[in-house]
Amino acid sequence: MAKFQSLKEAVAENLRDGDVVAFEGFTHLIPHAAAHEAIRQGRKDLTLIRMTPDIVYDQMIGMGLAKKVIFSYAGNPGVGLLRRMRDAIENSWPRGIETEEHSHASMANAYEAGAAGLPCAVFRGYRGAGLKEVNPNIRSVTCPFTGEELAAVPAHRPDVAFVHAQKANRRGDVLVEGIIGVQKEAVLAAKRSVVTVEEIVEDFDDLHPNLCILPHWTVTSIVHVPGGAHPSYTHGYYDRDNAAYLEWDKISADRDLFSAWIKENVLEVGPEAFAGRVKGL
Amino acid sequence: MTNLSDFTPNEMMTIAAARALSNDDVCFVGIGAPSAACNVARLTHAPDITLIYESGTIGTAPNVLPLSIGDGELCETAVTTVSVPEMFRYWLQGGRISIGFLGAAQLDRFGNINTTVIGDYHKPKVRLPGGGGAPEIASSCKQVFITMKQATRGMVEKIDFYTSFGHGEGGNHRERLGIKTKGPTLLITDLAIWKPDPETKEFTVVSMHRGVTRDKVQETCGWKARFSDRLEETPPPSELELTTLRELQARTEKAHGGKKGN
Repeated sequence: MAKFQSLKEAVAENLRDGDVVAFEGFTHLIPHAAAHEAIRQGRKDLTLIRMTPDIVYDQMIGMGLAKKVIFSYAGNPGVGLLRRMRDAIENSWPRGIETEEHSHASMANAYEAGAAGLPCAVFRGYRGAGLKEVNPNIRSVTCPFTGEELAAVPAHRPDVAFVHAQKANRRGDVLVEGIIGVQKEAVLAAKRSVVTVEEIVEDFDDLHPNLCILPHWTVTSIVHVPGGAHPSYTHGYYDRDNAAYLEWDKISADRDLFSAWIKENVLEVGPEAFAGRVKGL
Repeated sequence: MTNLSDFTPNEMMTIAAARALSNDDVCFVGIGAPSAACNVARLTHAPDITLIYESGTIGTAPNVLPLSIGDGELCETAVTTVSVPEMFRYWLQGGRISIGFLGAAQLDRFGNINTTVIGDYHKPKVRLPGGGGAPEIASSCKQVFITMKQATRGMVEKIDFYTSFGHGEGGNHRERLGIKTKGPTLLITDLAIWKPDPETKEFTVVSMHRGVTRDKVQETCGWKARFSDRLEETPPPSELELTTLRELQARTEKAHGGKKGN
């Protein structure tokens, strides 16, 4: 049963040191507010799973929360590289991190296998690709019917998944719409899940019957955080803050600038700051 | 009035790439240069082309170029938007995509692409973003088009990492790995159009853009370039093509506050 909580309570109860955790969102609906709360609470030794780590994992890695990152595209979308993540990989600042790299198809299949309760994902992939030479978790199986060799990777089964969504109703059912990415699979694959939402409404009676809904009994905790995806966007509420992504390229290029930015924008403020950041977007 | 005589090499590259697409194509659009080409095609000779971005948007028709592959406008203008697992399983792996359109940081003469690392994988000189959807786009789409600007550090004798497989070591290497799709069939650069030799699969220059010399092509290419016996000149952009591209870029810059879009 979904509990309605503050972000501070939801993170304190659901995210522990050493957890395997996914903060998902494919460009859209990225749970920035929840990640910032994890930074404030100083979680450590996390294994971070995400298809596209982007700037939210750059921030967590830069603050030393991660010991390992499992990913398929580590870039600042439309801008360039992830500078904090590179500093951790290349110079161990502020600590060294392990990486486990996949393709998008592989990560998406691994979440789906996790949601389906399977131990591994099977798909046609990685043919001729270099990743299978450097990642021992990319293996193969032979189809027992046709003899075709297929790629196999372990299912993602995070301890906890964090996602952001448009709205929840009073019962705790959650509506996700627009570019829905792998959020449904991440929540169903995880042991616990925290969903931040733009809005809490009385009921969903007037919605289309085939929309992406997470029933309340699949969600551990719901938190009302307007603007909680910023600088990502929430379809129907506010647009992507492209300027913030460009600005991140400069902030993240310098360790001192980065630390000062985190202090001012994460450590010294709370989730209520997000509503103001999306005004006018 | 569009000045037709002073188009840039980049504009020629985008327009030549756009011309390679047809109305019947279902095209998986990679980030970077491919996106501009695909949308110019849609806005000129191929209005019914299906453009798919890996964020799950199928049949999208953005008015401006997206800054990221998951911009809201891609979803708002799409015929349908599916989840990312569905995109990669039913649509890409299912064999429903006719053309995968990729860019490259490093490319070799057989169309193998590296966007993962420069240097050793475990001790990289430069850690690039990685493959994203490319490894399976390269093997599951019926054929692959590649577009990039020519430079010796991009078009190299030997790539540092096989992010996505082209023709491997050439010949029938794809078949030997059980890959049933055609792989790279076209390379469009800012200087020339290249196609793989039918036997060796090595990229061969089949057409040079106006004003480009063989020396210029060779100076900007890290392997010994081969030229077709029937070398042609790429027709320069038409007024419609150039106007469409420039207007698309102007709308994009305005929408993204000076950033060009991908």
